[in-house]
Amino acid sequence: MTNLSRIKILYIMMAITLFAVGIIQSWNVALTIFNLCLISSIMSLGINIQWGNAGIVNFGVMGFAALGGLANIIISMPPTQNAWDTGGFSIIIGLGIFILSIFLSIIIFKKSQFNKKIKYMVSFLIIISGYFFMRLLVDVPIEKIEAIEPAKTGYLGGFNLPVLISWPVGGLLAAFSAYIIGKISLGLRSDYLAIATLGISEIIIYILKNEDWLSRGVKNVNGLPRPVPYEIELQSKEWILQTSKILDIPIPELSSIIVKLSYSIWFCLVLLIVLYLLEIAVKSPWGRMMRAIRDNEVSANAMGKNIKRRHLQVFIIGSAIIGIAGAMLTTLDGQFTPVSYQPLRYTFLIWIMVIVGGSGNNFGSIIGGFLIWFFWVQAEPLGLWFISQITSHISDANVVKTHLLENAAHIRLMFMGLILLLTLRFAPKGLIPEVKR
Amino acid sequence: MISNYIVIPGLTYGSQLALGALGITIVYSVLRFSNFAHGEFMSFGAMSSILLCWLFISLEINLYPLPTAILVLPIAIIFTIFYCLIVDKLIFKFYRQQNSKSVINLIVSIGVMFFTGGLIRFIVGPGDKNFFDGERFVFKAKTFKNFTGLNEGLTLKTTQGITILITVLLVILLFWFLNKTKTGKSMRAYSDNKDLALLSGINPEKVVLITWVITGTLACVAGTLYGLDKSYKPFTYLHLVLPIFSAAIVGGVGNPVGAIIGGFVIAFSELIITFAYKKIFFYFLPSFMVPEGLLQILSTDYKIAISFIILVLVLLIKPTGIYKGKVI
Repeated sequence: MTNLSRIKILYIMMAITLFAVGIIQSWNVALTIFNLCLISSIMSLGINIQWGNAGIVNFGVMGFAALGGLANIIISMPPTQNAWDTGGFSIIIGLGIFILSIFLSIIIFKKSQFNKKIKYMVSFLIIISGYFFMRLLVDVPIEKIEAIEPAKTGYLGGFNLPVLISWPVGGLLAAFSAYIIGKISLGLRSDYLAIATLGISEIIIYILKNEDWLSRGVKNVNGLPRPVPYEIELQSKEWILQTSKILDIPIPELSSIIVKLSYSIWFCLVLLIVLYLLEIAVKSPWGRMMRAIRDNEVSANAMGKNIKRRHLQVFIIGSAIIGIAGAMLTTLDGQFTPVSYQPLRYTFLIWIMVIVGGSGNNFGSIIGGFLIWFFWVQAEPLGLWFISQITSHISDANVVKTHLLENAAHIRLMFMGLILLLTLRFAPKGLIPEVKR
Repeated sequence: MISNYIVIPGLTYGSQLALGALGITIVYSVLRFSNFAHGEFMSFGAMSSILLCWLFISLEINLYPLPTAILVLPIAIIFTIFYCLIVDKLIFKFYRQQNSKSVINLIVSIGVMFFTGGLIRFIVGPGDKNFFDGERFVFKAKTFKNFTGLNEGLTLKTTQGITILITVLLVILLFWFLNKTKTGKSMRAYSDNKDLALLSGINPEKVVLITWVITGTLACVAGTLYGLDKSYKPFTYLHLVLPIFSAAIVGGVGNPVGAIIGGFVIAFSELIITFAYKKIFFYFLPSFMVPEGLLQILSTDYKIAISFIILVLVLLIKPTGIYKGKVI
């Protein structure tokens, strides 16, 4: 089977499945799944350009996605005027001083002529004193800011701009942090890189969880503005009333379907743009160079390619894509909940998408994202059905049966592990293999 | 005072981390990949101990002042070893024979992690389990005060005592095995230079088998001790794998001594950095000079993040870890 026919068959099958969900369960459920499928396939495109085309292991998915979510707050929430008055600026100055001290220590470390021990001592001292100086400036204003109406605000707020701007800004935030992370860890061997990125993304999420002045921490930010109209507004419109009469769907359901559809349109647009750009990149000489580096670093280096630089470049591009997807995810949810970013679980879910779909093939990553997310959502009812089928001949009072039924929801973790292991064993190239060029 | 809040918890947590890091290091040095499933192996060990504990308690077999978990530990270890061997036979063996890259092995181990995690939740459920029984304290604050005449008490929980004791025993046993016995030496030879070891007639399958036996033992003991000391919850074990990895890398991957040192470095720095220094100043300074606030270097919320910060620092300054890695 050629790749093209595989793509056609799989995409059509996926579409049929989603339609079936729409008809059997409800269109609302189908569209919710569809929207999240779109977001996860954008994330897996980001991983695919890193892993499939350049061979970089990035386990920091959730960190970048969380940064994208943070962009939502910074861009679209109204600023808390009181908080800015009491000490927003001193926090920024404090942070600035800390960052400055880090830069200073790096410059001293690189440029000065002392021997190594003195260098380490000096840069360590500068960073430590910078840190304590920041704490001196920042501690009191943070407490004050967090005390301002802690139930409603208690944070600095944002710029009150349209929420759509936050998507590219989320990408930029992720790209910027990817630059720093890449500088730190891209020189490492692949498994070290994996663990380092995982650790750093965990640090990012911890910061977002605990710095209440920035993101309200575990108190979450609710009521983020939307790029689409609200259901309530729609329900009073004349044309909605008429369509609901024609289609014979109750008005509340119709309005929420329309809202979800308009989200889907936005997400599809982003997905198509990202896919188009990535396809151009992969087909260009740049893509060829990336694959050459992936397949044999030594010979690519001998041909005069700057491997570290190229790795950094592709790391930033992929992370920016994940950041955009993360911003979209938060916009879709309408709230920013740092607790929901679980690095270990969801990061690897995206990885499973890439590997099952076919690493190195963008269309594969998209179908992987759709399939795996669909299974992840539907595995719970499926597992329940499966268990109740198996145990149907056992009486209801049996302890084993009730225990199995209680824990059936967790079967999806097993499912995911099994899917990953089977793919790696029997079809390591994935559903849609990389194109031989 | 300091020993109560830093030394004893540090030693306990450090031993748990060190046991975990030892398991990861040994898999790394012999089988050449980072085993992400180790946390779930630990969880599996703890789960088998819990199930056996329930069985033993219902049969009313126990060792009163000590918790029943100690009694069932050997059987739980055997279960865990069996599980590891089955996983190896069905999954890892294939990739070993293909000489796959270590990254592929790493991703495979993630698959194993997911599967094992699901299996465990399927068997015991995701809830909190406390399976500690027996005497709670070796000595309490009050008895210690009376005994020594100091005005700050020192408490030692039974679990803490047991953890430290078992870790010391196990580590001594492991090092004796690796350095003195013939099998241990052949393992070290295999990890140093695979081809040379094969030429000199070392049976690779036997080495791999021994590796998994050791890994299973360490994982089960570490998991059970952690579960005894805190309480057992499958979710925490998923997250435990990260500090363990940091411990292994900080100490130098592939070096058992490094793994132990790394474990203690991580545990103590977590406690020292988040410790509230107010009480110490309270003793040394006159009362009007005691500053307000708790005087923590970082707030307690960042406890787990510290292990990653240390990891990043070590990777920046000395990527090979404190002890040069790669030698078993």
